[in-house]
Amino acid sequence: MPSFPPFLARSIDVTPLWLVERVARTIFSGVLRAHPDLFERLGDYRQTRYGFAPVDLPLHFAVVPATQSLIVSRRGQSQPVDARIEGPLVLLLGLLEGRCDADALFFSRDLAVTGDMEAMLALRNALDDSTIDLPREIGALAGPFSPLVAGTARYIRARALEGRDVTWN
Amino acid sequence: MELICPAGTPAAFREAVEAGADAVYCGFRDETNARNFPGLNFSRQEMRQSIGLARGKGVSTFVALNTFMRAGAEALWYSAADDAVAMGADALILADFGLMAYVAEKYPDQRLHVSVQASASNPDAIRFLIEAFAAKRVVLPRVLTVQDIARLTRQIDCEVEVFAFGGLCVMAEGRCSLSSYATGKSPNMNGVCSPASHVRYRQDGTDLVSELGAYTINRFGPGEASGYPTLCKGRFEIGDVQGYAFEDPVSLDVVDQIDALKAAGVSALKIEGRQRGKAYVAEVVSSLKKALVASPEERAALVARLRTMSEGQRTTAGAYEKRWR
Repeated sequence: MPSFPPFLARSIDVTPLWLVERVARTIFSGVLRAHPDLFERLGDYRQTRYGFAPVDLPLHFAVVPATQSLIVSRRGQSQPVDARIEGPLVLLLGLLEGRCDADALFFSRDLAVTGDMEAMLALRNALDDSTIDLPREIGALAGPFSPLVAGTARYIRARALEGRDVTWN
Repeated sequence: MELICPAGTPAAFREAVEAGADAVYCGFRDETNARNFPGLNFSRQEMRQSIGLARGKGVSTFVALNTFMRAGAEALWYSAADDAVAMGADALILADFGLMAYVAEKYPDQRLHVSVQASASNPDAIRFLIEAFAAKRVVLPRVLTVQDIARLTRQIDCEVEVFAFGGLCVMAEGRCSLSSYATGKSPNMNGVCSPASHVRYRQDGTDLVSELGAYTINRFGPGEASGYPTLCKGRFEIGDVQGYAFEDPVSLDVVDQIDALKAAGVSALKIEGRQRGKAYVAEVVSSLKKALVASPEERAALVARLRTMSEGQRTTAGAYEKRWR
């Protein structure tokens, strides 16, 4: 299973939370702006507080799509959430883009889900129907460096998902 | 044989078309279809666009209106049928006799398929549906052997579609009350089997515990592949024995029996999985498309990798090769 490099995880551990939060919020808002269809498919569950817990990062993310709020906390100090998903960062990002099948990752125990399953299902389906392309979204935020940033992000994604038989068209 | 592929979202629909589906089946975003899950299914506009996209690529669209109408709320099902016909659906997949009568009378030229939810599995039942509603195809429940299917097709005058891969419902579909018993909601009436609103997962030490309503369905040890929290695949204590009373958490795979199914008179193979993501749809449809034209030896390798995407990471031929009789 690909995981976030430990030395990078350690460096994030000493990075100020406000800085991580600012970067994450910028990306999160950019994605929501580019994909308003997400809200429509989420329906009432846009009010849900979702928790994302990458097992290979010392951080937890709590997001509410409706208010575009995102709170980052250190592991062990996570915010209360309505529905929570836990797994390697690369798989969580793969799910965000619909590149991995959530049920298959659940069957293989690579992902763990707790809390409101209706809300989690709605989010899974809404994300799956969106054509989120993280390298493109992140690149769009990089101004004149857009092609460089998007290209680098694509390279990292390809390496991270290597061997996972992603046949998404 | 045609390959009939699932789509729970427009994105999955596009994947199915690109991956080589002969037809895609899907439903509206309400209780008229048996996969009425949050965030899933098609708005009217999405359905219209998807049918147009499929038609442009020579692919058919079957619209599933395969729940049973609620007394007093029939208009919901009637208007769904009206809209699907107006949008140009190539077939309607129906389970409720009242809705079949409505479609047969109002739209005599509309192709009508009998949903697996209608549980039509013997010549008398199917002949009645052909005579009464001009049904052109019947989707058989997953409770028959290949020999049963061969005997059946010889006695009826309509096309037969069978499930070939995906989630395995082991009950007489359309008549199963297990989900209803545990949660008050069923695929037959509400379009949801073991609804997510009643599902809870919790970690108990290193074990994963799945619960449905007030019932513990299963406890998976560390590293043990998990399954859906359905009563029919629950782990029960029976006397001193702990195990699966009805069926293990497994998926259906009868791809190795394609030739036998063809010889049995089957017209179309169906892939289950409208609730699955587009990555699953793309992978399974493309693999089965290749399997349909591959030699029997090549088929095993083609579908072997799909096992890791399956419930419990295992597959079975289920009743198709029932051996305990």
